[in-house]
Amino acid sequence: MNALHEQLRGLESHVEAAMAGAGVQLQPIPGAVPVVQVSIDGRQELPIFLTSAETQLLCLCYLWSDAEIRPDRRAEFMETLLDLNPSVPLSAFGRVGDRFVLSGALRRDASVEEIAREVVVLSDNALDALDALSDYLL
Amino acid sequence: MSVIRKMVTLLRGSARELGESIVDANATTIYEQEIADARASIRQAKDELASLMAKHLQAERESKRLQAEAARCEALAIEALDKAQDALAEEVAAQVLALETELGEQQRAEATLAAQVQRLKELIRSAELRLREHEREAEIAKTTESVYRATQSISDNVVNGGARLVSARESLERIKRRHEDLADRLQAAEQLERELGGSALDNKLAEAGIGPEAERRRAVMARLRAKQAQAGPDGGAAKPADA
Repeated sequence: MNALHEQLRGLESHVEAAMAGAGVQLQPIPGAVPVVQVSIDGRQELPIFLTSAETQLLCLCYLWSDAEIRPDRRAEFMETLLDLNPSVPLSAFGRVGDRFVLSGALRRDASVEEIAREVVVLSDNALDALDALSDYLL
Repeated sequence: MSVIRKMVTLLRGSARELGESIVDANATTIYEQEIADARASIRQAKDELASLMAKHLQAERESKRLQAEAARCEALAIEALDKAQDALAEEVAAQVLALETELGEQQRAEATLAAQVQRLKELIRSAELRLREHEREAEIAKTTESVYRATQSISDNVVNGGARLVSARESLERIKRRHEDLADRLQAAEQLERELGGSALDNKLAEAGIGPEAERRRAVMARLRAKQAQAGPDGGAAKPADA
């Protein structure tokens, strides 16, 4: 837990600078693995979660749940996600359990600047994706 | 067996099962054990290989020594025959035979050792490939475990905290509305600035006698003066008071 916090020291200011001064809050999430939630003012509904795995630092943004997809357009939606995937810079669409995520992976020992860049890109992409794909959602 | 194929098999069950099977079965511990075992057996096989290769070298050296000895004895036997020492020659011939028999055994042992070295090298190579595969599996398993555990922690806390139980669409609308509010506020501020900034300037211009207000004041003054001039001599009485 502490290693991740140590690694994220100063993340707020780096993200704030990239987001034109929007406030940024970090919050540790209790649980079995170290997880830190990054909330950006104005986008509180789409926080980014950071967690460190064996060799990678993972950045996740939960987009929607399986149940929110319009059943009549489900297949079309999945294909759209597959088609979009290679084009979305630095982020990949995926599913964890019943929740769709946009995720990015960094080296385990990534610098705080690199993490900030990833957080900003992931947040922008997530918002963009949600906006672009909301027609497929209930 | 490919790791991705294993994942696909697990995924065919259900996503939840995948998460549980990986987290609950403690697959990573098993992978770690397999990796440790594979490493240990590779280390052991390498030690064994070194000693086998040493034995092979010794066998080679021994064969060469026996060959040289047999050749030397052969030469001695021929020399005895040359000197018509048949009995002696026969004795040496028996020694040659004994040496050749020993050489044959030694060469068979040497060939066996060579084959064992070859087999062990192949075993080590395949064990190393397996190890790499295990390491890749472990990495995928651990990443999957992290993702599922993190998701679990996040779900638990979000549900407990009640922070976010809104749909994606609702989230998007909130963010958009907030964004529009901000854009509206910025626009309003800009407009206000424009207006206020403008009237402030008008005031300054008016004070300097420039602009429509000053013009109107001048016009009023001109009218008043004209009226005064028309009144002329009648209003003269008032003049001295001014002077």
